[in-house]
Amino acid sequence: MQLVDQAKVKSKMQTRLAQNKILKGIFFGATMLALVVLVILLYRIFTQGIGYLNLEFFQNFASRFPEKAGIKAAFFGTLWMMAVIAPVALTIGVGTAIYLEEYAKKNKFTTFIQINISNLAGVPSIVFGLLGLTVFVRMLEMGRSVLAGGLTMSLLILPIIVVAAQEAVRSVPKELREASYAMGATKWQTIKKVVLPAAIPGILTGGILALSRAIGETAPLLMIGALTFVAYLPENFLSGFTVMPIQIFNWTSRPQTEFHDVAAAGIIVLLAMLLIMNSIAVLIRNKFSKRL
Amino acid sequence: MKFKGIMLMVVMSMVMIFAAACGNNSGNTNSGGEASGDEVSGEVLMDGSSTVFPIMEAVAEEYASVQPDVKVSVGVSGSGGGFEKFSAGETDMSNASRPIKEEETAALEEAGIDFTEFEIAKDGLSIVVNSENDWVDQLTIDDLKKIWLGEATMWSDVNPEWPEEKIELFSPGTDSGTYDYFNEVVLEDEQMVKEATLSEDDNVLVNGVTGSKNGMAFFGYAYYLENKDSLNIVPIVNGDGEAVEPNAETIQDGTYEPLSRPLYTYVKHSAVEENPAVYDFTKYALENAGEMAEAVGYVALPEEKYTEDMNKLEEIAGK
Repeated sequence: MQLVDQAKVKSKMQTRLAQNKILKGIFFGATMLALVVLVILLYRIFTQGIGYLNLEFFQNFASRFPEKAGIKAAFFGTLWMMAVIAPVALTIGVGTAIYLEEYAKKNKFTTFIQINISNLAGVPSIVFGLLGLTVFVRMLEMGRSVLAGGLTMSLLILPIIVVAAQEAVRSVPKELREASYAMGATKWQTIKKVVLPAAIPGILTGGILALSRAIGETAPLLMIGALTFVAYLPENFLSGFTVMPIQIFNWTSRPQTEFHDVAAAGIIVLLAMLLIMNSIAVLIRNKFSKRL
Repeated sequence: MKFKGIMLMVVMSMVMIFAAACGNNSGNTNSGGEASGDEVSGEVLMDGSSTVFPIMEAVAEEYASVQPDVKVSVGVSGSGGGFEKFSAGETDMSNASRPIKEEETAALEEAGIDFTEFEIAKDGLSIVVNSENDWVDQLTIDDLKKIWLGEATMWSDVNPEWPEEKIELFSPGTDSGTYDYFNEVVLEDEQMVKEATLSEDDNVLVNGVTGSKNGMAFFGYAYYLENKDSLNIVPIVNGDGEAVEPNAETIQDGTYEPLSRPLYTYVKHSAVEENPAVYDFTKYALENAGEMAEAVGYVALPEEKYTEDMNKLEEIAGK
């Protein structure tokens, strides 16, 4: 006796295979669509901008002549801002994550915090800009400085870092902690010597991805009044500054088409920076996860 | 964290290598501007209109070669946003593409900030249509009002001889001083037709009109100048009943009216009195604004206007 009716299977085989093919095609198409858009974008940016991309582009300040316009102020402004964001956002973010994962008891209050952090990650960036303007620029009288900008951006990316760090801390196997306690270690010793080292790749990957979001943001900085033209480099954390996305935006809104090409060159620099940061994140993940 | 330092170094060095590899092919262009006396140092904080920005950027760029120790910074929060920062005491100078409004003056008075208005250049709001549009030879302000309020939706509604096709409208965003000015002079504060496409980026408007045979837009003269070949300009009938096209001459002598608009910078008195850098920069700006305005696509004022401005400045500074 046959358990399977071969004739029936055969008759349905054709449609099943066709269905399989069609769906594969659709999903492939979806992937390709994203890729093609990226390729077109990159092609346009590179053909437009490559002519303006040279050493002088990094040595010059903004200018009314497209061929003399450079990204120096914006480039260093971005680096300065990152120097504020990275330590502030990482320490506060990782601290919050450790508290929530290791110390806090699971009660209504911690659930409330947790929900709020997740919600904050979805708040439009311009809202953080308004917050930064009232709190840092006006109330704490930091003015339109690197510090005010960096702190605003730190707030913006904090939720992302907290969630990533929590995920990393949570994924440290329970057995490691228990072994540590069994040896007589205190909670802090366990966190310092066992949990954090094991969680660091996850934390850093999340941190770098959050940082690369921060260097691409414009809206909150425009809100707090980050500048557009500065012909000097920041000297300390209270100096005025501009960042690359603002500079690029300014160039694209010029009437002269040459400036659009300069903007493309700026975009290449920004893309290269993001790419480098993301590759570092991948490198770290690969290196550390092998060790575990 | 040690890691952060390494990361910064890696990023910086990589980008530098990348840049160096791309070679060096840019030429040098002239840089004008003469020295303006003694060396001063300090900070000049400026914010305001994005329309005025290119002029101030050019002035600040030249000024940096005369007074390298003065740190000039310019923001682009828009005319309104600039005044808000000005009355909060955060800036020394505020650029605007429209005269200051009453409520803004009131806010400044309340904050105890004395200021003076300096006219630094002129812009001609240009009305443009598609280059294939050969029927529109002139428009009156009334025609414009009808079109932009939606009372005339077809070209034939404006002039029966024109084609019976729907006009497509492109306008600058509501945050811009350009919109404010058009709103005041043409629309007289009535609601612009909802079908109009609004964009804060004037290049989008240019693309809109070049891509649509029945398109129509208005924006600053510099944008028309740069896209002369792909757009048709519409002469506007002025108060004397003459149809006038915007160009350097008609904008400067005021025959292109009412759509030629002055551009301003507002200067805080206390900054001029107490900060030699602000005084020196303002002086330099007034001396060079005309030349710089023309370099970036605007129109200079008659010479005597700048002399007038200069006298006002000397008075404030008590010199």
